[in-house]
Amino acid sequence: MNLEKTIFAFVIVLAMTINFGFFLGDIDNPIHHNVYELFAAIVVSLIATVMKLGERTQIGALLLATSLVADVQLIIGAIVWATAVHVLETGLTSHAMAAIVSLSGGALLANIVSVTLLVAETIMGRR
Amino acid sequence: MPDVIFLLFRRMRAPLVTLILTYAVATTGLVLVPGETPDGEPWHMSLFHAFYVVSYTGPTIGFGEIPYPFSGAQRLWVMFAIYATVIAWLYAIGTLLAILQDPAFRRVVNLSHFRRSVRRLAEPFYIVCGYGENGALLVRALTDEGIRPVVVDSDSDRIDALKVEGLSVEVPGLCARADDPEVLVTAGLNHPDCAGVIAVSREEATTLSIAVACKLLAPRVPVICRARYRDTEANLASFGTDHIINPFDTFAERFAMAVRSPAMYLIYAWLTGIEHQPVARPVVPPRGKWILCGYGRFGKAMRERLTREGVETVVVEAEPGRTKAPLGTVAGRGTEAGTLREADVEEAMGIIAGTDNDPNNLSILLTARALNPHLFTVARQCRGHNQPIFEAADLDLVLDAGTIFTREVLGLITAPLLGDFLARTLDQDDAWANVLVSRISAAVGDELPDTWSLTVGQRSAPALLEAVREGAPVTLGHLLTDPRRRERWLPALPLLLKRASEEVLLPETELAVEAGDRLLFCGRAGTQRLMGWTAADHNLLAYVTTGEDRPRGLLWDWLARRRTA
Repeated sequence: MNLEKTIFAFVIVLAMTINFGFFLGDIDNPIHHNVYELFAAIVVSLIATVMKLGERTQIGALLLATSLVADVQLIIGAIVWATAVHVLETGLTSHAMAAIVSLSGGALLANIVSVTLLVAETIMGRR
Repeated sequence: MPDVIFLLFRRMRAPLVTLILTYAVATTGLVLVPGETPDGEPWHMSLFHAFYVVSYTGPTIGFGEIPYPFSGAQRLWVMFAIYATVIAWLYAIGTLLAILQDPAFRRVVNLSHFRRSVRRLAEPFYIVCGYGENGALLVRALTDEGIRPVVVDSDSDRIDALKVEGLSVEVPGLCARADDPEVLVTAGLNHPDCAGVIAVSREEATTLSIAVACKLLAPRVPVICRARYRDTEANLASFGTDHIINPFDTFAERFAMAVRSPAMYLIYAWLTGIEHQPVARPVVPPRGKWILCGYGRFGKAMRERLTREGVETVVVEAEPGRTKAPLGTVAGRGTEAGTLREADVEEAMGIIAGTDNDPNNLSILLTARALNPHLFTVARQCRGHNQPIFEAADLDLVLDAGTIFTREVLGLITAPLLGDFLARTLDQDDAWANVLVSRISAAVGDELPDTWSLTVGQRSAPALLEAVREGAPVTLGHLLTDPRRRERWLPALPLLLKRASEEVLLPETELAVEAGDRLLFCGRAGTQRLMGWTAADHNLLAYVTTGEDRPRGLLWDWLARRRTA
């Protein structure tokens, strides 16, 4: 039992679960996807990235890479949202929503890889 | 570099997480706090606007209340958001600055910078271990010759001194113990361009560890060591250290040579000189009785050589018992007239002040000269910065171990054949040396001659190699022709030709050059460049051999061939 490891795993798993929560639902239905959840997903994903910074191991590098992928995907999703709602003021059309959700789907995939790596590392390094 | 980034981020984790959380809380709060539109409708700020407001209040820019004037509750929250984000930023930037200032972090940055500069070296370089007085002199001489050194010293003040030295090329310097093999590897021991390791350490033990590590880790890299004691020398030689230089022995050997054959000594002094100074005046130490003050390492080396040449010496030593001075030694420092009179200074031909204290050495010589103005004076100079007073004293010969060591190392590096040549001259007699002295001064004039090697190979002489392979008769004379006007000779003289197992001392100009030949020349400074030019350029080579000025480029070549056809 190690507090640091617990927090580390907590943040990484939370990044995946929130991401999953946002992704769940019809791809083009704005009612199924809450923008606050997207915001939370970005914040947790950023924190997860910072947590992974400075790891010198091979697995650490992979974890960091997956996190960066998730960040990029989610931030692009947020930009699409801001553009649709506030710049073009078209509102969340099904087209825009589908774009945002599919981007978050990509991020979800990255997060799943990240969690898988974490689990694999834990199992390998069992002491 | 990656190390530096990892270290930085590892220590920046807490501030960065704080920053992200502060932004997240401030943005969320701003969304949750109720506001009003100008029409009095209840309104909640959208995430986009909230993040916008937090973004510009965080770095204290402040654009005003967007998109509608804030309600009291929103203002309360924004106030909190401003303080929280500004403090988070201060924390992050403060931590970053503290890390950058941290000596441990600076060390990692310096190491990383050093690694990178060594890795990027694309020319042959030498690792110089030790940047004391002698090391600094050597590094300056190397950079003046256009050779790149890499410096390792355990004293950080010295590495700082290296950085402000103002050398003509950038010299990477690392503050670390050179007897640590890992440090040597960091300094480029395994780098393909590493041309050698030069150990100029204060401690004999350090020199030994460096030499052992180099011989085991990189046997192909030549090691040049400075040794102070005979047993170190023997130890270094036992495992195949390539060159061991003991400056005192070298000086004593040269001095004995000057006693035996002044012309030979002059050849040595000319060919191993470092700068393009006016030719040194010939030194002719007289035969007869000599007084030797100080019977330390230097005194012992001098006495041994002088005795071998049949020169009688009287030793003056303050501690005859401890230094195991020979019988007949006069006890005393030699700085007083009494001791010198006791050593019979009025009858002596010369005096050597060889204690390890510069003021004492000068005092000895000045006192002795007052007693006998015709004395030949030789001084040992221990500290480089005392040079002005040694110059002012107008002595016949001054030994500066640092200069001697530097000259020897430079000779080994810039003209590897010079050692072979000098070894062969030892078999020659004084008459031969006299002829050579006059030939060199006829070719070079009043300047100190430069020495250089030329290998008939792909890298240094591609045109010459091709011509020789095609069977064109190229002689040494052609190489010695001025490529600008072939009626003139270059101010240079061939000293040695090495071909497979054969060595030709002072080869004739009619001798044909063959592939793989290694030649040693001496000549006026700058001649090497002209000769290198001939050896590398087909047109110039054709000009010096046949006298025809060949056209340059494909078009002119083609036209010329058409015209002759």
